[in-house]
Amino acid sequence: MLINHPILGPRDAAEFTYLGDAALIDRPNWQADDAAEAFHDYLYLRDNPAGLHRELWFHEQGDRSWLVVTRNTLTHEITSVELARDVALARGRGKE
Amino acid sequence: MTINRLKGGLVDHGAPLNFTFDGKTYQGLAGDTLASALLANGRRLMGRSFKYHRPRGVMTAGSEEPNALVELREGGRQEPNTRATTVELFDGLTANSQNRIGSLERDLMGVNDLFANFLSAGFYYKTFMWPRAFWEKIYEPIIRNAAGLGSVSFEDDPDLYDKGFLHCDLLVIGAGPAGLAAALTAGRAGARVILAEEDFLLGGRLLAETSGLEDQSGLGWVTQAQAELSAMDNVRIMPRTTVAGAYDHGIYGAVERVSDHLAVPEAGKPRQCFWRIYSKRALVCAGALERPIAFENNDRPGVMLAGATRAYANRWAVTPAQSVVVFANSDDGHKTAADLMAKGIEVPAIVDIRADAPALPGTEVLAGAQIIDTKGRLGVTSVTVRLANGQTRSIACGAVANSGGWNPNLGLTCHQRGRPTWNDHIHAFVPGADLPVGQLVAGAAAGQFSTHAALTTGAEQAVAALADLGITASVGDLPKAEDAPRAMTPFWHVKGAKRAWVDFQNDVTVKDVKLSHQEGFRAVEHLKRYTTLGMATDQGKTSNVTGLAVMAELTGKSIPETGTTIYRPPYVPVAMGTLAGRSVGKEFHPTRLTPSHKWAEEQGAVFVEVGNWLRAQWFPKAGETTWRDSVDREVTATRQSVGVCDVTTLGKIDVQGPDAAEFLNKLYINGFAKLAVGKVRYGVMLREDGIAYDDGTAARLAEDHFVVTTTTANAVLVYRNMEFARQCLFPGLDVQIISTTEAWAQYAVAGPNSRKLLQKIVDPEFDISNEAFPFMGCREITVCGGLRARLFRISFSGELAYEIAVPTRYGDALIRRLMAEGEEFNVTPYGTEALGVMRIEKGHAVGNELNGTTTAANLGMARMVSKKKDCIGNTLSERDGLNREGDYRLVGLKPKEAQKMIPAGAHMMSQTGSVDAASDQGYVTSACYSPSLESYIALGFLKDGANRMGETLRMVNPLEGTELLAEVVSAHFVDPEGGRLRD
Repeated sequence: MLINHPILGPRDAAEFTYLGDAALIDRPNWQADDAAEAFHDYLYLRDNPAGLHRELWFHEQGDRSWLVVTRNTLTHEITSVELARDVALARGRGKE
Repeated sequence: MTINRLKGGLVDHGAPLNFTFDGKTYQGLAGDTLASALLANGRRLMGRSFKYHRPRGVMTAGSEEPNALVELREGGRQEPNTRATTVELFDGLTANSQNRIGSLERDLMGVNDLFANFLSAGFYYKTFMWPRAFWEKIYEPIIRNAAGLGSVSFEDDPDLYDKGFLHCDLLVIGAGPAGLAAALTAGRAGARVILAEEDFLLGGRLLAETSGLEDQSGLGWVTQAQAELSAMDNVRIMPRTTVAGAYDHGIYGAVERVSDHLAVPEAGKPRQCFWRIYSKRALVCAGALERPIAFENNDRPGVMLAGATRAYANRWAVTPAQSVVVFANSDDGHKTAADLMAKGIEVPAIVDIRADAPALPGTEVLAGAQIIDTKGRLGVTSVTVRLANGQTRSIACGAVANSGGWNPNLGLTCHQRGRPTWNDHIHAFVPGADLPVGQLVAGAAAGQFSTHAALTTGAEQAVAALADLGITASVGDLPKAEDAPRAMTPFWHVKGAKRAWVDFQNDVTVKDVKLSHQEGFRAVEHLKRYTTLGMATDQGKTSNVTGLAVMAELTGKSIPETGTTIYRPPYVPVAMGTLAGRSVGKEFHPTRLTPSHKWAEEQGAVFVEVGNWLRAQWFPKAGETTWRDSVDREVTATRQSVGVCDVTTLGKIDVQGPDAAEFLNKLYINGFAKLAVGKVRYGVMLREDGIAYDDGTAARLAEDHFVVTTTTANAVLVYRNMEFARQCLFPGLDVQIISTTEAWAQYAVAGPNSRKLLQKIVDPEFDISNEAFPFMGCREITVCGGLRARLFRISFSGELAYEIAVPTRYGDALIRRLMAEGEEFNVTPYGTEALGVMRIEKGHAVGNELNGTTTAANLGMARMVSKKKDCIGNTLSERDGLNREGDYRLVGLKPKEAQKMIPAGAHMMSQTGSVDAASDQGYVTSACYSPSLESYIALGFLKDGANRMGETLRMVNPLEGTELLAEVVSAHFVDPEGGRLRD
């Protein structure tokens, strides 16, 4: 597979390490009343879509960027690649 | 004597080559394959079939060959199951037949054929059922012994294999008329083109046919096209290269047989190279594969495909026999007859199933006739023909050219699960619409069977592919070529035939397909698995469609209703060595050497692999007979005076930025915000599920600068997780990190004399006295007269100890200097074993204890977990399940008899009571002999361990049936108050 790195252009998937669902960015608030439950869901519950899937890839043999790759699990077509940091900031993550 | 060699062809009649087959010497010509050379010498018998050990000869002239599989070469270069049809002959080639006991002519396993009734489809499932006790001891060895064809040599392959990477706009797969027209079209347009051809010559069927082009010879045009392509810088021609797999995003895997046509590769050249080709578009011009008609005893040596017979005559100037009967269902078989007769071969008859078969001068066309049997033990001697009028006639011959039509070569079009569709016009499957992304198909592979259609679709598809890329190309002048319609009457098998082979490689007959149908295995995937049809190394290239057709007849459905099977990579078998490339033996993974490696080698150190690293395990001295002698000495010398150990392999991560401390707070269970500059703190990291996964230290060199260490094993993982936290979880923190593991050489200097030793090399302006530089201090200093260094007062051994780091390139100099300066203290280098003994004596956890199931509480570190802040794993570490009363705690264990070893992995059981899982009290994680205590000791996890000091338990090893008694003690065997650390 080829991943079109937003900074470096197309790179072979072998340069990357796969993590999983990009929902892992949405780490719950530890001080919320339902924190235990929220962390349980965050860590253990995943969708397993047949189709578009947003997922985290780490450019370990490259520039060490974490990327959010949108991949069709049926065809391996990749429709978008974003820097995970940008995604995280856009989703309201900051210092906590 | 080459009795079956003809005149002409693309072989060099002036260049004879000697080779041996089954020990007998033969002569072939340059340009031969092993198969053509054997045929030239009158050898039709080349192997034995898989199951029934029937005599077999060559059937095809390409990589689809199911029968003529040989063991090629000898010794370490021996290669089983090599297709004689693709082996390019070289002088001195050695080949042997396989899958036989005794000679090929009198294979003792041929007895299987007499018991064929018992060996039909599904015989495994029926025969090897009872008694159950026979499964492993009797049945499995029998089956394993009978399975497989060739044998491996068990010697190391002396040759080099390599991998490479290529990029192109258009990958053209196959250099027949379609591929050449495509490459010319794309090359002329300036596109970057790779033209990959499995054969050693370009041209495809143009080399095998006399009737392809109209106003010039096929070879003439091929030569001209090759010359033009060779002159283009933007075109790379790759003969001897099989594109074996189509992968995602236009990536193709290809095997180039760089040196297979040579006895020994040229110096420095690989035997084969596996290319990963990154193509923007790919055009499959892989041609078509002929299919045989199934008739009784159609597997005798000499029964060949008609197109192959023609190719052998025209290209290789050989014939399987002087007299060849043709069996056909279309005019294509007539072409073979005409070409053979033109070469002087007798064709006694064309047996044509069509009632209206046209006549052919020079031979008798038996219209409406069928071959119903063959005779000849080791090769066909006659065929029995049932004529249109129902009479039978026997015709003497030495070969049968069998022509059942052609199937587009679909392999690569299916590698992304694309499903072929049925074409009623050519009675064959053609590529479906769901091709791999960026792939196009042209020529016979797309069902375009005439030479004209191959040329034009090749050029047109190249234009279309390039248009997608914004490159303008146009169909240029193409040679005039035959464009005859391919009329044919589908005909799959002769009715009433039983032992009529469909899949030759896996010995599947029409009868087996019928049995499969009869027993209810009618779906195509069931048929395949029940009969093993198409599951041999040829993936059923010559058999799948015929098998389907027979099943379709039985079920009364059409072929497309019956289904199709698709193909998976690789298109042809690829040697494991080719896929491994250079990553074999020592090069299987990179070897990382520590900065002191050369010096340690000079000391005669014994090394151990730790991940990719090689670390000194111990340093034997003269007179020491066991490793324990060395390790005990190293421990004792360190605890008594001073020892030095290379700890460079521990991960080192540089953390900088205004939010560095805040960032570390997120990673460690304990707090780092208040750590003073110039201080080090031990920390534990959790996974998000609350399980401890790594520990190490963080040293604060400045307000905004920390150096974090990780365990050797987790250096990569911790760094990855830290980047995840930094980029994905806490992107608002102003912090930068980088791995500096390779940048610093780091040594532990441990023992009561460690300060005195260091004081000799630390530059005098730096005061490292206990008062100025206490336990858990860190500082940037200089040593040896100005060399920058970092000094950490941390201890893994439990002694007064330091770790000193210098830039890696000074690592070798530093170890030599430490040894020289330490002579007066009898300084002792110690390896990983002594390191391990001292950490067990001190009760420090390592990977054995951080084993993926343990919490901070299990490790006795519950109080370290800060509840005032968030950290990864904090919330879930509070789960009830991880905080049960009486849960495991890390404890020390001392055997009642000091000289009895507690085995690591042993389970703890009460002194009385049963030994079973329900009574399990805990388990031993680390064990060693402690020279300091003069006793074996161990660490382990014990239920409610903290409250059970002084108890005696049984350490049980059920695997070896041993047990011994041990006392539960504190994990801190040596200096539990930690006084030595602070001196």
